Amino acid sequence: MRTPALEVEGLAKTYANGVTALAGVSLAVAEGDFFALLGPNGAGKSTLIGIVATLVNPSAGRVRVFGRDLASEREACLDQIGLVPQELNFNQFETPLEILRNAAGFYGVPRRLATERAERRLRELQLWDKARVPSRTLSGGMKRRLMIARALMHEPRLLILDEPTAGVDIEIRRSMWQFLKRINEAGTTVILTTHYLEEAEQLCRHVAIIDHGRIVEHTSVRELIGKLDVETFIVDLAGPAESIPALDGIEVRRLDAATLELDVHRGQDLAAAFATLNRHGIGVRSMRNKANRLEELFVRLTGPAASTSGRAA
Amino acid sequence: MSAALESNPGVPASARARHFVALGTILRREIRRILRIWGQTLVPPAITMTLYFVIFGKLIGAKIGTVQGVGYIDWIVPGLIMMSVIQNAYGNISSSFFGAKFGRYVEEMLVAPMPPWVVLTGYVLGGVARGLMVGVIVLAIAMVFTRVSLHHAWVTLSTFVLATTIFSLAGFVNAVYAKKFDDIAIVPTFILTPLTYLGGVFYSVAVLPPFWQRVSEFNPILHMVNAFRYGLLGVSDVPIGTAYAVMLGLVVVLGAVSIVLLRRGVGLRS
Ligand SMILES: Nc1ncnc2c1ncn2[C@@H]1O[C@H](COP(=O)(O)OP(=O)(O)OP(=O)(O)O)[C@@H](O)[C@H]1O
Ligand SMILES: [Mg+2]
Repeated sequence: MRTPALEVEGLAKTYANGVTALAGVSLAVAEGDFFALLGPNGAGKSTLIGIVATLVNPSAGRVRVFGRDLASEREACLDQIGLVPQELNFNQFETPLEILRNAAGFYGVPRRLATERAERRLRELQLWDKARVPSRTLSGGMKRRLMIARALMHEPRLLILDEPTAGVDIEIRRSMWQFLKRINEAGTTVILTTHYLEEAEQLCRHVAIIDHGRIVEHTSVRELIGKLDVETFIVDLAGPAESIPALDGIEVRRLDAATLELDVHRGQDLAAAFATLNRHGIGVRSMRNKANRLEELFVRLTGPAASTSGRAA
Repeated sequence: MSAALESNPGVPASARARHFVALGTILRREIRRILRIWGQTLVPPAITMTLYFVIFGKLIGAKIGTVQGVGYIDWIVPGLIMMSVIQNAYGNISSSFFGAKFGRYVEEMLVAPMPPWVVLTGYVLGGVARGLMVGVIVLAIAMVFTRVSLHHAWVTLSTFVLATTIFSLAGFVNAVYAKKFDDIAIVPTFILTPLTYLGGVFYSVAVLPPFWQRVSEFNPILHMVNAFRYGLLGVSDVPIGTAYAVMLGLVVVLGAVSIVLLRRGVGLRS
């Protein structure tokens, strides 16, 4: 078993104002993994990342980065981490090129090499034509990409991104995904938080779901989706139906005269249900998932009803 | 497990060498900042100093005659240079470091593998650099009004370095505790300016009653101004040894305080 890229144990944080953001979190991220850290607003994701990046002092617990203890070997650990924070945190009066070269310099990358790397990353992230303008004139999506470029200047082995695609349009988001995939394929371990569950499903192999400062799920994305025992479908009927027959254990709700919502459990036969509808002269025009599958699970794990069942996981 | 450095060709393998690259990066950034906003950093001291020379040196000084055997306008040159140099060193680091906190880009440095001394030294050298630029400008202005002499070059130089370091460190401590921009104006207004005016820039403390002379000795600026005046003119109100002791003591104390604040992350980490 290889040393995990990141290992946190019993991590807790209570801020000075008394808010407990983390209440004992333990998790491990294998080297080379693409890992999603999910959770609703205020769950403690940024706090966890802040502790790993030494921006937040933990109240309890420990962090190991590639086997090294963060508290006792801070510099060696930080050398391996690239951070893309949730909030913009570069000097808006400096140009992207300056920002990148300075960031590299803070990690000891000599000026000439820093300039080469900055140019390469700016080109890769379609920012080269903005290299020499004040960074405050960049669009929101460009600023996010600038922070990704900055996090890579010292070529870290562990890249941590806190909502890198928040507020970014679909096209740019897709190209950021491609970029992150390439970075991961080249051997960098990637951890990201996101509120777009499609993003986690597309990119990540493993996932931890955090809620109220606790891990409620820590597994592979595939297994998590496999756990989904009920899927909800929206069915559009060919025309308005007066009454709906019983569908053999499938729970049916009528949204309007020509639309149904079906809760289908694992193992239940959707084809048989459609056949029954047909026998009663009700045609089905189309059908779709009510929500992204991961989204459904997520809501179930972290929603208000989850507080007891979810915690036990 | 040293794959990090193996996978990073071109980056110095020794931590010390990397720290020096980081230090140079901070200093370069500080200098660029000073030059980028030159209208706020370099022009104001030039204007105030010109006014001081015209009003105190030419108009009033002509009526005063000599102090310690030196014409008044020549006598106030060292104090005026020292005054603008320390104010600017202080202002540079307090507004630059507070700006980094306010704009959150101080985080770039906090997440990087830099020990506190690198960050502190980088910023202090930035303050010294600002002092140097302002010092040269003010000196040039002084040379328009009078002939500037230099008696002890090393005393002049070392006093300059010590004084700018002291006030850079003090500005740093101020920035660490500041929560809003107003907080970095409080110390200059209520402490720095009064101490400067009472620090023997415009008068020799020998003119004060003995009690106030004794009180003045607790003013660190008096020691800096007099050491600097000794360097340029060869006259001083205080023993030079005492002046150096005061300055070195302040560097050590303020330096230690700054390092502790940075290590603990006071005002920087939550
Ligand atoms: N500096 C701080 N001081 C006090 N409380 C804080 C601080 N930062 C975060 N908190 C609180 O800690 C809790 C967790 O916040 P955190 O930012 O870690 O959540 P998050 O999971 O990142 O949320 P989001 O998805 O909205 O970014 C919240 O209740 C928040 O209000
Ligand atoms: Mg967050």
